[in-house]
Amino acid sequence: MKNKLIMLACGFISMGAAAKETITIATVNNGDMITMKELSSDFTSQNPDIDLKWVTLEENILRQRVTTDVATKGGQYDVMTIGTYEVPIWGKQNWLKELDNLGENYDLDDLIPAIRSGLTINDKLYAAPFYGESSMVMYRTDLMDKAGLTMPKAPTWDFIRKAAKAMTDKKEGVYGLCLRGKAGWGENVALITSMANSFGARWFDENWKPQFNTPEWENTLQYYVDVMKESGPAGSSANGFNENLALFQTGKCGIWIDATVAGAFVTNKKDSEVADKVGFALAPDNGLGKRGNWLWSWTLAVPASSKKPDAAMKFISWATSKEYTQLVADKKGWAKVPPGTRKSLYSNQKYMDAAPFAQITLDSIQSADPKNPTVKPVPYVGIQFVAIPEFQGIGTAVGQQFSAALTGQMTVKQALSTSQHLVERTMRKARYPK
Amino acid sequence: MTIKDSRRSKLIYTIAAWTISGMIFFPILWTLITSFKTEAEAISASPSLYAFDWTLENYRDVLSRSPYFNHFWNSVVISLGSSLLGLLIAVPAAWSMAFVQTKKTKHLLMWMLSTKMLPPVGVLIPIYLLFRDFALLDTKLGLVIVMTLINLPIMVWMLYTYFREIPNEILEASRMDGATIGEEIFHVLLPIALPGIASTLLLNVILSWNEAFWTLILTAANAAPLTAFIASYSSPEGLFYAKLSAASAMAIVPILILGWFSQKQLVRGLSFGAVK
Amino acid sequence: MATTNSRTLARFMLLPSVILLLAWMIVPLCMTLYFSFIDYNLLVPGDKEFVGFLNYEFFLTDPAFFESFFNTLYLVTGVLLITICGGIGLAILLDQAIWGRNYVRIMVLAPFFVMPTVSALVWKNMLMNPVNGLFAHFAIWLGFEPIDFFAQMPLFSIIIIVSWQWLPFAALILLTAIQSLDREQLEAADLDGAGPFSKFFYIVLPHLSRAVTAVILIETIFLLSIFAEILVTTSGGPGYSSTNITYLIYTQSLLQFDVGGGSAGGIVAVIIANIVAIFLMRLIGKNLEG
Repeated sequence: MKNKLIMLACGFISMGAAAKETITIATVNNGDMITMKELSSDFTSQNPDIDLKWVTLEENILRQRVTTDVATKGGQYDVMTIGTYEVPIWGKQNWLKELDNLGENYDLDDLIPAIRSGLTINDKLYAAPFYGESSMVMYRTDLMDKAGLTMPKAPTWDFIRKAAKAMTDKKEGVYGLCLRGKAGWGENVALITSMANSFGARWFDENWKPQFNTPEWENTLQYYVDVMKESGPAGSSANGFNENLALFQTGKCGIWIDATVAGAFVTNKKDSEVADKVGFALAPDNGLGKRGNWLWSWTLAVPASSKKPDAAMKFISWATSKEYTQLVADKKGWAKVPPGTRKSLYSNQKYMDAAPFAQITLDSIQSADPKNPTVKPVPYVGIQFVAIPEFQGIGTAVGQQFSAALTGQMTVKQALSTSQHLVERTMRKARYPK
Repeated sequence: MTIKDSRRSKLIYTIAAWTISGMIFFPILWTLITSFKTEAEAISASPSLYAFDWTLENYRDVLSRSPYFNHFWNSVVISLGSSLLGLLIAVPAAWSMAFVQTKKTKHLLMWMLSTKMLPPVGVLIPIYLLFRDFALLDTKLGLVIVMTLINLPIMVWMLYTYFREIPNEILEASRMDGATIGEEIFHVLLPIALPGIASTLLLNVILSWNEAFWTLILTAANAAPLTAFIASYSSPEGLFYAKLSAASAMAIVPILILGWFSQKQLVRGLSFGAVK
Repeated sequence: MATTNSRTLARFMLLPSVILLLAWMIVPLCMTLYFSFIDYNLLVPGDKEFVGFLNYEFFLTDPAFFESFFNTLYLVTGVLLITICGGIGLAILLDQAIWGRNYVRIMVLAPFFVMPTVSALVWKNMLMNPVNGLFAHFAIWLGFEPIDFFAQMPLFSIIIIVSWQWLPFAALILLTAIQSLDREQLEAADLDGAGPFSKFFYIVLPHLSRAVTAVILIETIFLLSIFAEILVTTSGGPGYSSTNITYLIYTQSLLQFDVGGGSAGGIVAVIIANIVAIFLMRLIGKNLEG
């Protein structure tokens, strides 16, 4: 009798154990993802048979980690947070599972087309957007008033330069313009490449020949170096998104051109000293038909090596749904909702009221065209990046040249000719055109 | 030299030593202090050493965001496990090198040390593939193995130099008395060698605790030690100095405390053959 | 009898560590060697063609190669110089009779316990940052322009950070050595009327030479593969001014995911490491023998 009871109990325990699935989620340590982790008890209470394990890492380390795992089919993760750069490359290699089981209420057509198209290959969706961003101009309204200027809704690069110079007051520790300077394909190269698009430059011509020896690139980089020398803060060459955010929040920047998600941080009264003095405008242009705004989204995807794709997709469906948006709004307020993925969010008056940067964000995202990023035609997809596997390496190498030009270690011409040489080498080794 | 003179020189040396060591310690002290500030105070233009509102908010944030104690436990198991396993292999090797020297001993030692010069990134992919095939990814056992192998050359070297300082006569005397090799090791050698073994153990605990390449690349959710915990704070969005400081403090304080209690031990054995 | 017996036993006891290290070294090394001759990018699965020495050619003709080679050299020698000179000074100071010696010693020792990533983050953000860092506040308070460390002197800044981490180690070993110095010798020198400088140069320094050799040996091994500090602070820039060989290989293997190129770089680094090892062995042979 006793034995039977024990056996029965064991049976129950093992049944329970078998029914309970654990999925491992790899994600970036950005604010929106931390909120997702915090609120995930909502998901586990809806799905008591699924346990979540989290791996939260800094962006660069996460990228190394998941790329190594997906390419060697290590199978350590069931959900990976990846960017618009990885999705097309990985999708093509069949490293990702098609997201064909997101549930009936998911409403795929609500996703913003510019974002969705970047995650779709041959009509199959390989990743679901968690939040999306473009880039825009953020500026201090009080400093603009003081300088006697008005920021147009769509400024030109010339105006930015003039305004930045007028706002700069180095004695007071106010710098007119903060731009990314830290070397890296996701740091200064993202900014300068999008800038270059509006200056008429491109990374490669139609035959994959690098284009750094063109006057368009020289104009771009010269402008960047000059304007940062005139109005940039000390230590620009080490500043990435976070560093500039800290500078802007503490009132040290007049203008900051960066990701639209920063809108929520600079207007957040708890962290930002300048929360009620911030204005927004579209990324600048040069009248050539392209603006210097990029397009990026952090997405959730299921690697092909995952053994629990159904549970993983259930989680992705929860984290990128309209209901999740509502949940964040209830718990954290509308301004903290992950932006830039769903059209319905931008027709929600409560959100539009709570987020003064919402309209600019939507306009910027919708005007970005990754399949057609430059003035002249290019063989690649991507605005602030080139969606080929070699890009992380050459992007970072070129970024180092740019930051050397910024610190004055190299002239603009030297930096560009070294970049040209570097990229030519890599392309030759990788045997382009393919 | 009068007593007064020596007191005065003691005072001067004391002041100098405290000033310099204070400067060396300052970055750590500053991190500890910053961890109790609010984010706004942490980057304030007129920073203060004590005059601010002390807060535990950062620690609360950090604890609620990540499973600190899991990471901590993993760090303990990995660093202690690999150091003990390493000792088990290194003590016999170092013993035989020190007491039964051949011409090749020096070469063998140098070769062992040179394996440590392999840049880890260069062999990343092979190791990753091996780990995948042996199902060692994200396991504590896997990391214990890697850490042991990484630190083994240093352990052998350290023990070798320590053992060599033990006068051979003592061992010969015990051999004369007819002691077996086993008795020789356990009754004669070990008691004399204990300080060296202890500080080797300590040094390796420290080195494995701080290793941040393999521990990050070979783990996911289950075996990730404190280095992975730090990697989730290293560059988040927004102001992060205070939270980063709190996380850093939580990662280094345990090992600092260990260092505090064991500094005498560590100093005694850490000579690497420097004392003759 | 006893000697042959113990010799056999000694061989036997050596076996585990030798076999393990051999396996640890040879298995990945052979795989790396094999990868270095094929065209293998982790992100481009497919045929892995044999390409001969192409990967080596690309690595050695990389414009960054020579600069990073010399940076590696500067980094290692710079840190060695600072830690040994500073370490000798500290060791002498700690050897004096002072109040609170235990506290002083633990403060000096502390940086050695700090994870390299943490110390790089703390130095970069809280101390050396030219706008919000403590050094900048201090410079402004004194009326100077703050130094932009990682732009103006990237390699030197990294040398400072790494030296801070390794100074305690050097100081400790040197302190142990100084404490074993024969006091009578010093007193005799006192009686002969030797000044503090001649005592230092003729008695203390020669006595320390073995300890210095040990410090050089151990530190070199770790310094050759410095990597986390560079990644966190400068990412090897601006330009290549703070890229070392290890970091260069990292960009090949973990940014480009070019396993072939990274492997070739790895082999080159192993060759360099072995040259250093041979050089060190000569040094040791002279100084640690006997």
